[in-house]
Amino acid sequence: MFLPIWKKLKYMLLILVLSKEASVLKAAQISSESDKDWINQAIRFWTFTDPSIQIIALGAILIGINCGLMGGYVVSRRLSMFGDTLSHAVLPGIAVGFMFSQSKNEAVLMIGATLSGFLGVGIISLLKRHTKMKEDSAMGLVLSGFYALGICLITYLQQSPNGGTSGLESYLFGSLVGLSDRDLVPLCFCLSLIIICFILLNKELLLSGFDPSFARSVGLPVDILQFCIWILMAFCIVSSLQVIGVVLVSALLIIPAATAGLLTYRMSQILVYSGILGALSGIVGCFLSFMGERLPAGPVIVLCSTLLFLAVLFFSPARGILPSWFRTRRRGQRIRFENTLKACYQVLESRSFSSQSFPQTALAQRRGKSDAEIEKEIGVLIREGYATRQEFPTEQKSELPSETMVSLTPSGWEIASRMIRNHRLWELYLTKEASYAPDHVHDDAEKIEHIIGEKTVRQIERILDNPQRDPHGKPIPSQDDIDRGWLSPPLVADK
Amino acid sequence: MLDFAEALLDPWSTREQVIWNLQIVFMGMMVSLSCGLVGCFVVVRRMALLGDAVSHGVLPGIVTAYLITDSLSIGPVWIGACLAGLGCGASIEWLRTKTPLREDAAMGLTFTSFFALGIVLLSLEAGATHLDPACFLYGEIGLTPLSPKLELWGLPSGNQALWNMGVVCLTTMISVIVFYRFLLVTSFDCSLARSLGMPVIWIQYGLMLLLALVVVASFESVGVILVLAMMILPPVSSAFLFHRLPSILMCCLPLSIFYSVAGLQLAYSMNFPISASMALAGIVIFLPCCLLGPNGGVLTNSKKLKTRKSSRDLSAN
Repeated sequence: MFLPIWKKLKYMLLILVLSKEASVLKAAQISSESDKDWINQAIRFWTFTDPSIQIIALGAILIGINCGLMGGYVVSRRLSMFGDTLSHAVLPGIAVGFMFSQSKNEAVLMIGATLSGFLGVGIISLLKRHTKMKEDSAMGLVLSGFYALGICLITYLQQSPNGGTSGLESYLFGSLVGLSDRDLVPLCFCLSLIIICFILLNKELLLSGFDPSFARSVGLPVDILQFCIWILMAFCIVSSLQVIGVVLVSALLIIPAATAGLLTYRMSQILVYSGILGALSGIVGCFLSFMGERLPAGPVIVLCSTLLFLAVLFFSPARGILPSWFRTRRRGQRIRFENTLKACYQVLESRSFSSQSFPQTALAQRRGKSDAEIEKEIGVLIREGYATRQEFPTEQKSELPSETMVSLTPSGWEIASRMIRNHRLWELYLTKEASYAPDHVHDDAEKIEHIIGEKTVRQIERILDNPQRDPHGKPIPSQDDIDRGWLSPPLVADK
Repeated sequence: MLDFAEALLDPWSTREQVIWNLQIVFMGMMVSLSCGLVGCFVVVRRMALLGDAVSHGVLPGIVTAYLITDSLSIGPVWIGACLAGLGCGASIEWLRTKTPLREDAAMGLTFTSFFALGIVLLSLEAGATHLDPACFLYGEIGLTPLSPKLELWGLPSGNQALWNMGVVCLTTMISVIVFYRFLLVTSFDCSLARSLGMPVIWIQYGLMLLLALVVVASFESVGVILVLAMMILPPVSSAFLFHRLPSILMCCLPLSIFYSVAGLQLAYSMNFPISASMALAGIVIFLPCCLLGPNGGVLTNSKKLKTRKSSRDLSAN
């Protein structure tokens, strides 16, 4: 029952045939199946002796640099999704260009692609300006509409008797196979155009991108500059299409530039970094695609740049997530034990420094925490060498458990008294110089005491003219007291 | 003229063809109806491109599910796709809030990476003949009638693909009807919704889940990118015709019937892929809506705008 219907439904067969033909994967593998010795392959790749490998590697690097440089402006001007739309909108142009030239003539295809990209951009801005449609739906509409048209046209072309159209699917996912030295010309042209534009218009592009209204008031032609960016973007996308493919070319515009944006804030550095990152992912992706038997080039290059992005996001020393997590954790630990030491000082002070040691329970009372928690905190102090602990039987015959006595070591004492000094000086500074009420200063001082350095403290001391007591009447340990060390006579005798 | 009529009737000449094509039309209608219903809320919330992102992002989930279970059965594939879609959405949200990246860059970065991962996984698996990357791009709605036939009480009752899509379509309709009030308020006025005590975040997540469900169910028929067309075209076209959301939602039904029928006819006469022709049919109906629509169409609107402008000038003077 199926057969007669099958015959009539040609298109269905065509879809099947097409999807078999379009197994881009098959087209995209560059290495031959027979050559399985991957070390030899790797050597063959990295020595660049083979002219075809030279071309492929050069092409991947050029595309990486182009897209990376362009991406700096795409990401900073928030045009990322716009790049995606543009890259899909070029598809019908490629098909129409093919219809006109009747062959895979790169120049005509590129002109067609650029024109259709511009048509898409124009439609988006018309829809945005003259209807109530929002930018995102306008972009989605143009993206999917142009894409559908492109697919229809390409399918239509495939059925025409004219042969040699099979290369058209490689524009969907890209391939390195067909890359010849002629294809490098548009890439070089695009690169030089981008570099010339960026050098000549550096200031103008920067200004109009980051502060368009100011640029307009200075008299810069903001719209023309924006148009410039669009043209460059379109060239960049169209020249990279053959290797990366329509679907993923926008990724190369976004990812290297986003990675560079994590590393630095200066535009010139972002451009340099993202160019380098793009080239790096281009060459590595090209290598992996060359090594793998059936890895399509475009997705592999994109995955490489994603991996670079993740590496930078998590491990970059300055702002990476893991390093800053460790930094935050370490700072939290330091603040915790500095607070414990400070509490020790306060306990000692409340017993007017009568002895060097104090019971652990007093500390627990002071900090309002359970014995177990205090036990742990003291444990940390002991491990770091800031305190020691002895068991003291309070009374020989008593049935109470023996009491744990804690005493600070000289280094622990130094930190504790420094914290107290910072705290009380800051409280005094706020009440004297910033006219805070004395009962409002504690919380502020609680935070700042861990942060202000020796230099600031000295400065505050000088401004306040070497004060002796804080707003609550407690003595402020001076630098001399700290230098003299543990329970020096003046401190005990005087206070 | 006669040729045109013949071309129109060509797909419907024999009984077998009518049965075959009705299945395709019905499938296309259900796909575009469920996409359109979800799309209305997505467009209103200005998340249209998020639909695109999620539809690309489900690919690695589908491929992983296929590689693990070694079959394209609907259950594991849906679970994998929903997980991947949610992962994609979550990582966009995380990148947007926790890193210096802006929303558009976060979105563009995430979905392209997910898609690339899916393609690479797919090509690493040598025997993945059932899963063709081209299938993800165009879809294979034309093969709907080939899916296994089902029998209910001895009677032939449609096939597997139709039933699957039907369940999804029904789920979408029921969820939209049941949660209509919540979806409406959270779409237009988040702070009002919050003050009414609605779980705004959970409604957002629920909508994303529904989106993932619809995208996964539709990708096999219309492909990753044309899902976006099916999602955006109905609300955007009908928004030029009607002002109120219920009417816009209702309008999705006639639009989806038109898309599937016109798409099939176009595909027959020009030998286009059906899914792409459905999107083209959508564009064809969008143009007159946009130009002549009573509610903000370009040509009907320009006069109004002029009068409004002149009256504003007068009042300013």
